[in-house]
Amino acid sequence: MSATAEEQHGTTPPASDILAIAREQVLERGVPLDEAQILQVLRTGDDLLPELLELAHEVRMKWCGPEVEVEGIVSIKTGGCPEDCHFCSQSGQFTSPVRSVWLNIPELVKAAEQTAATGATEFCIVAAVRGPDERLMSQMRDGVRAIKESVPGIEVAASIGMLTQEQVDDLVDMGIHRYNHNLEAARSYFPQVVSTHSWEERWDTCLMVRESGMELCCGCLVGMGETVEQRAELAAQLGELQPDEVPLNFLNPRPGTPFGDLPLMESSEALRTIAAFRLALPRTILRYAGGRELTLGDLGTREGLLGGINAVIVGNYLTTLGRDPQEDLDLLADLKMPIKALSSSL
Amino acid sequence: MSEAQVYCGHCGEALDASGHDACRERLRMEPPRFCVHCRRRMQVQVTPTSWTARCVEHGELSSP
Ligand code: SF4
Ligand SMILES: [Zn+2]
Ligand SMILES: [Zn+2]
Repeated sequence: MSATAEEQHGTTPPASDILAIAREQVLERGVPLDEAQILQVLRTGDDLLPELLELAHEVRMKWCGPEVEVEGIVSIKTGGCPEDCHFCSQSGQFTSPVRSVWLNIPELVKAAEQTAATGATEFCIVAAVRGPDERLMSQMRDGVRAIKESVPGIEVAASIGMLTQEQVDDLVDMGIHRYNHNLEAARSYFPQVVSTHSWEERWDTCLMVRESGMELCCGCLVGMGETVEQRAELAAQLGELQPDEVPLNFLNPRPGTPFGDLPLMESSEALRTIAAFRLALPRTILRYAGGRELTLGDLGTREGLLGGINAVIVGNYLTTLGRDPQEDLDLLADLKMPIKALSSSL
Repeated sequence: MSEAQVYCGHCGEALDASGHDACRERLRMEPPRFCVHCRRRMQVQVTPTSWTARCVEHGELSSP
């Protein structure tokens, strides 16, 4: 680890110093902030927020470009999950009102069509499971084939839990472009969030995916009661994993879950987190995922897109609703950020 | 459907009780989970641009 600003100065430096350091290190040289530096950024005050967001935006423009990747997601198997992630309304362990339901193939294809019609280039199929069983793998096989046959112009991604190497290979064979498996929380905070599996099990699936030829999408949730130190730790751990994409969720407290009574994250705190993650992950696709509508509202959504975010989930989420896709597309047009076209690999 | 709406689609409590303003607000950003006629939990499927919610007794509702 390189010397932190604090070590270099001997005393606590003015908060604005970390922005000057980040400008030279991340913007000019493309070297991500380390954990201690991310923490310094997360500790800056609201007075520095406009400058921080501007810097994160410059970093995104320089290392990723102006395009925004647009994705739609759908749940192929909702609810009844045996795991106990404390933020999740789909866990079967809590008295959440979400009931178990499966999506059939024609409806899945229709959802892919709806997604493609928004201009999105990525469609992610998600299942609330610990990991896939043979029934789910077979449903995936049929579903992915049907989408590829009838919905041109969209890449298919998947998020169906922890995998074995054999399942990783199967998903590659199906032509899955990107696999999502989130770390969710920093390693040190994870035991407060989930008791039915470990952070290390998640990490192992991510490593297998990264080596598989599929792109790795690995994100997290913030606003679950973690400390800023743990938020910095999480960003550094994601940096170490080097995913192609990081979806950033803000806790939307769900009725009946252990985190159901937590407050929403302050929007300034959420924006500072976005910028800090961009400085920790200069070249990664950083996507707005769940909770942004509630946490940031319309104004904050715009500020985040001008503060490091370069990808969005359009339309609805898995169990909750999002903004009208057209509102996001209009916003991108207004910001003169083109929607990323399909990669030439298709 | 002509049957009266007796329960809150968000929290499942009786509608004659007060305190459903926040629920109504919530229902702008999430589909209903409880049948307003019988309070059963519905099977809800959300897709990128729509949703459907089905009560075994009272049938299917869908997004406007
Ligand atoms: S594994 Fe996924 S679906 Fe299951 S409880 Fe955890 S977050 Fe929810
Ligand atoms: Zn209610
Ligand atoms: Zn009913």
